[in-house]
Amino acid sequence: MIRSITQKKPEKEIERLLKGLNRIFIIGCGTCVTLTRTGGDPEVREMKTELSTKGKMVTGHTVVPVACDNLTREFLSDFGEQINQADALLIMTCAFGVQSIARQLHKMVIPALDTLFVGKETAVGLFDEICTQCGTCIIGETGGICPVTNCHKGLVNGPCGGTNHGKCEIDVNKDCVWTLIYNRLKELDRIDSMRKYQKPRNHLGEPKPGKFKLPQA
Amino acid sequence: MATKFKEALESGKFVVTSEVAPPKGTNLEKFKHHIELLKDKVDAMNVTDHQSSVMRYPSLGGAMMVKEMGGEVILQMTCRDRNRLALQADLLFASSRGIQNVLCLTGDSIILGDHKEAKSVFDMDSSQLLRTVRILEAGKDLGGNDLDGGVSFCAGAIVTPEADPLEPQLIKFEKKLEAGAEFIQTQAVYDLDKFKEFMDYARQFKVKILAGIILLTSAPMARFMNKNIAGVFVPQDLIDEMASAPKGQALAKGIEITGRMIRSIYEEKMCDGVHIMAIGKEDKVPEIMEAAGLL
Repeated sequence: MIRSITQKKPEKEIERLLKGLNRIFIIGCGTCVTLTRTGGDPEVREMKTELSTKGKMVTGHTVVPVACDNLTREFLSDFGEQINQADALLIMTCAFGVQSIARQLHKMVIPALDTLFVGKETAVGLFDEICTQCGTCIIGETGGICPVTNCHKGLVNGPCGGTNHGKCEIDVNKDCVWTLIYNRLKELDRIDSMRKYQKPRNHLGEPKPGKFKLPQA
Repeated sequence: MATKFKEALESGKFVVTSEVAPPKGTNLEKFKHHIELLKDKVDAMNVTDHQSSVMRYPSLGGAMMVKEMGGEVILQMTCRDRNRLALQADLLFASSRGIQNVLCLTGDSIILGDHKEAKSVFDMDSSQLLRTVRILEAGKDLGGNDLDGGVSFCAGAIVTPEADPLEPQLIKFEKKLEAGAEFIQTQAVYDLDKFKEFMDYARQFKVKILAGIILLTSAPMARFMNKNIAGVFVPQDLIDEMASAPKGQALAKGIEITGRMIRSIYEEKMCDGVHIMAIGKEDKVPEIMEAAGLL
């Protein structure tokens, strides 16, 4: 399943963002951040203790089922008074959740997490980026493995000179995607696909900010 | 006035190139000293482009200085810091100032350098940059528009002959040749038997190959490269030889070894020349060439 992968912001940054804000309502999410243990029930409770220790008053806390869903407003309406009393909402969800809540409630929102990438759990406790939504998909020629996302430099014509023993020059824990693509194409007897020159990429897939409207029926 | 690098390549002589690195700052004295020292000894000097992603005086400015001082220059260009507009513009500029040789590189990761939080570009890669050179030479830009005044370059690229796995690198190497690379500088080679194996393969192509040679300065430096530099393998016997040097004599030993390797490459006609990288010890290049019997 597609997942939003997050990590907690440094303590100092959260302190800075909450400076002058004394009454805080904390919101976690039951989906991706529960899986990555960055905004599930235990992390929300831990944050409550952390803030209380620092002299903040936590007016309440909850874990919404799916923060990025439009039903979040309804779910949060049960906490109306506690939310109203708060100077700010400290939100332990990905940026989708933070922005959904910001649109639904007229409250100052503070993200407690950084959203790293959209990916999936590829082994227990291990999350990998899968797609950067570039708008010009080329994986039909790379054995279904994306070099735009998984090559550190986004190279489309094969590996750079920094690859070593199938690993990336920036981190020996990261695979060189061009070794993966090479192995896959070899397995499929399609190595010629890798020999094909790829022109400089089209970055005009969908200019930022992305917007897509269904055609009229 | 130096002979044109392209003419040197085509003459069939054993070509020697080396590197000069622009400074961090505007004090160009040492840089100029290295150019002065090397300009009449090597066939061309590469000017590095923020080598290892460390911000420095620009390669274009450095390359112009080599020209002004009467040397032959190879402008190194990486795709790390400039998008296709900037790269094309810099190629136009270089050509208009008489820079005729360019080495097209993808570039190291920003994360390896001294501005780790910077945005890396990689709008193009080395093979696409090579093609861009050829497209500009045909009087067009990458947008298909006509140029008023064209360019002309002797363009080259690099290869790592001891990469693991090797075949993906060779596929990329062939793409660079198809894109118009006229010369190739290799990653540093130390195991000459392995290099010969690479040359047995590379000889089938009409491209000039310059073997990359990095000056060994100490046994720990050799071990460091083995551990940290992709595709560089210093054999144990060379490390032992470096370690056997008396205290204070490691650099002299490195010069001796490097000279000996170049001499073997030259005498056995393994390839078309060498590219000497004496990182931080550029002033030792003449000694290396002497040790190799090339001066």
